[in-house]
Amino acid sequence: MMDYDKILSDKCKEIKPSGIRKFFDIAANMEGVISLGVGEPDFPTPWAIRRAAITTLEKGKTIYTANAGLIQLRNSISKYLSRRINIEYDPAKEIVVTVGGSEAIDLAIRAIVNPGDEVLVVEPSFVCYKPIIELMHGVPVVIETKIEDEFRLTAEVLKSKITNKTKMLILPFPNNPTGAVMSRKDLEEIAEVLRGTSIMVLSDEIYSELTYGGRHVSIAEIDGMQERTLVVNGFSKAYAMTGWRLGYLAGPAPVIKQILKIHQFAIMCSPTISQYAAIEAMESCDGEIAKMVNEYNIRRRWLVNALNEIGLECFEPMGAFYVFPSIKSTGLTSQQFCEELLYKHHVAVVPGDAFGECGEGHIRISYAYSLKHLMEAVERISQFLKELK
Amino acid sequence: MDTLIRLLKQNARLSCKELAAMTGSTEADVEAKIKEYEHNGIIKGYSAIINDDAADKDNVTAFIEVKVTPKADCGFDDIAKTIMMYDEVESLTLMSGAFDLAVTISGTNYKEIALFVAQRLSTIDGVISTATHFFLKRYKEKGIFIEDEATDERSFVSP
Repeated sequence: MMDYDKILSDKCKEIKPSGIRKFFDIAANMEGVISLGVGEPDFPTPWAIRRAAITTLEKGKTIYTANAGLIQLRNSISKYLSRRINIEYDPAKEIVVTVGGSEAIDLAIRAIVNPGDEVLVVEPSFVCYKPIIELMHGVPVVIETKIEDEFRLTAEVLKSKITNKTKMLILPFPNNPTGAVMSRKDLEEIAEVLRGTSIMVLSDEIYSELTYGGRHVSIAEIDGMQERTLVVNGFSKAYAMTGWRLGYLAGPAPVIKQILKIHQFAIMCSPTISQYAAIEAMESCDGEIAKMVNEYNIRRRWLVNALNEIGLECFEPMGAFYVFPSIKSTGLTSQQFCEELLYKHHVAVVPGDAFGECGEGHIRISYAYSLKHLMEAVERISQFLKELK
Repeated sequence: MDTLIRLLKQNARLSCKELAAMTGSTEADVEAKIKEYEHNGIIKGYSAIINDDAADKDNVTAFIEVKVTPKADCGFDDIAKTIMMYDEVESLTLMSGAFDLAVTISGTNYKEIALFVAQRLSTIDGVISTATHFFLKRYKEKGIFIEDEATDERSFVSP
């Protein structure tokens, strides 16, 4: 008999399974569930991008690319970052094309973290940072953001968490699940704290195109920050290309050089067909982004208004495609709220504590759904709240 | 196009309150704007987008290309006005290209439409020729898929 418990790595066993798995399993076995639980766009990938992939297949371009990705694509990414986010990167040395933003996050953490290093993780946030840090024997140090601060990271709180072991700050804005964004002023204050240190910033900007109050500002734009920042971005959210698994990492050449080794040995190169499609996305689809953002914005406004009307207090999110209302007035925990809502009214939303303990008392509602769908779901939530009273 | 108009084109049943939230405006402003659009003829009415084939099994629709000789003093308008007065005519458009007027007409059977073309349309002074095309299946109408509504294949919950 194999004793797998002894065979498996301790670090791997210690990783907690994702907090949303349970809901997925319940919802999947239930009839008539309407979900507001997904973290991916409802739009199909723009047709021009899909056409580009089909053409690539027809031409038989099905071989490996350079490890760092097609140079044409890296050129396009470099131009894009300059055009849309106002930061300049050398396509030859400062950009790696990755398998989604997820791989970019993994690479950045793996390249920087030594055992015992502390990594500051802003929460609530996407679920993958802590497990990867732990796999590297690093120590995740949570920085809680609060609704009073509109879920933004403040310089003061950041300062209080920095020790001589702090190696990296994970800065996930626009934020999943809160929808919070950091303004240029906010980032300047953060930069002021970091400039005198050797702390690296992993800036997860996967939602950078989805902002509703002016364009996204990257911390890499702020004076003196580009040399200490690794920018993670990708095609999934901006171009509705989740299934294509394509992202990228941009940062200082000495770091990218090391990162490229991990990528090369673990992945070889990102999917070739996706890479060709992504060139089309960056070269010709700014208009498609605008259309989708406009649509998300209409839904966002409708949803924030509707949730406040039915009594779920809602912080106005200015980025991504989530709202993060408080459910504290119901007296239920996030988990209880979500379970009861699912069992009684068959609506799936995600409990806030799945994104960190400080998400407790909130739920995440995605508006990557048609208005018709959102209206039906809010009607059911409203019914549920009435029954609770 | 104005966001308000675009939203109304998709769903005219949204309340002013909802429209106000969606456009980042106030209820009173939305109401005033709609009144203004109705008054100056930008909004001509409100209708539902119907799957005609499902609502009425006997429905037959045809698209008719009409070639005409424009009149010296009033061009195509005179003939167009004569054609559009018939209740059967659902839409009428002056076109560029190989023919002049595009007529859509609905009826309860093929014969009814054929008779309309033969007896009413072809006999109008100035009409040179007609070509009638019957609708066989509607796939998309006013931006909406008529038959197969796209299904959401995303999983219920994802991070």
